[in-house]
Amino acid sequence: MTYILILISAVFVNNIVLAQFLGICPFLGVSKKIDTALGMGGAVAFVMTIATIFTFIIQKTVLEPFQVGFLQTIVFILIIAALVQLVEIILKKISPVLYQALGVFLPLITTNCTILGVAIMVIQKDYNLLESVIFAISSAIGFGLALIIFAGIREQLSMVKLPKGMEGTPVALLTAGLLAMAFMGFSGVV
Amino acid sequence: MSNKNSSFSVLLNGLIKENPTFVLLLGMCPTLGTTSSAINGLSMGLATTFVLVCSNAVISLLKNIIPDKVRIPAFIVVIATFVTIVEMVMQAYVPALFESLGLFIPLIVVNCIVLGRAEAFAAKNNVFRSLLDGLGMGLGFAFALALLGSVRELLGTGKIFDFPVYPESYGILIMVLAPGAFIALGYLIAVINKLRKAE
Repeated sequence: MTYILILISAVFVNNIVLAQFLGICPFLGVSKKIDTALGMGGAVAFVMTIATIFTFIIQKTVLEPFQVGFLQTIVFILIIAALVQLVEIILKKISPVLYQALGVFLPLITTNCTILGVAIMVIQKDYNLLESVIFAISSAIGFGLALIIFAGIREQLSMVKLPKGMEGTPVALLTAGLLAMAFMGFSGVV
Repeated sequence: MSNKNSSFSVLLNGLIKENPTFVLLLGMCPTLGTTSSAINGLSMGLATTFVLVCSNAVISLLKNIIPDKVRIPAFIVVIATFVTIVEMVMQAYVPALFESLGLFIPLIVVNCIVLGRAEAFAAKNNVFRSLLDGLGMGLGFAFALALLGSVRELLGTGKIFDFPVYPESYGILIMVLAPGAFIALGYLIAVINKLRKAE
């Protein structure tokens, strides 16, 4: 039951983009087409799950026993940066198809704050390993969901005539605001 | 960019012409996430300014020592060090503020402005100019965050920096919640686009 609650809460109620403001850069940057949104969502889900497992294990086996918790930020960001490189190399070798689909998004992910954000959040929330993995996967689903809905709206929006000053980012932000309002409807569900 | 730029224009560049938030649209996550009040926005901006100035200065000092191939990881370590310093200092002296900014303090590491300036400016210029660039960019960011925070706080609760302007019951609560951040920033950027085109 706790797992289902974590899932619903991370996907809808505390959506990582629309309620917690993490990963806004890719949210605004790669949401012009549904295809790229899908690719980015997939890449984030992949890296986020692996990164959370690694950072969790390092936190529990190295940082906490040796009482160097203050090194968390440095250690986590290095693990994530190294991991993204590794995933890129491995993916290129074993699954060229998947690499083709996700390749362009992988370098962007190091500076995607959702990955580091989720890694730190699971430590703050004191989850165990399984809960952390569920949380990471559902956060990624929430990210992908927001990205795909937003891309769908923007595809329609590109055909509309807008006032000069509103074109581009301003109207995208307003749309995101309305989407965030819709997601506010989920608050109180869990 | 010509090398004859005076130091002053380097400083001004970040504040106005290339304002990181309104013009370059970098660092959107803290911009939206920490501006529920003017004071939160301003302190986040100043924390980022500190990191920017220090990391720019150190990276510019080390630019000839760091091998080109590993420069990004090296930059990240320098930045993460200063973020950790900010984190510890804030936790010790302003715990309430640390609590309300929460996750966004460690996330300064992945703020694209900091790494962006390290790569685009500090790795190519001398220490003094890098310092000024960091200061200009940082203050531009802080100014943008304080402005957005003030707008949201004023519309949402009728106060600016906790100073009451009109009765709270007239406030539009949604402006201090998540959707308000997107909407307020959207309109602010639209106004600034308009002003820049009019010039």
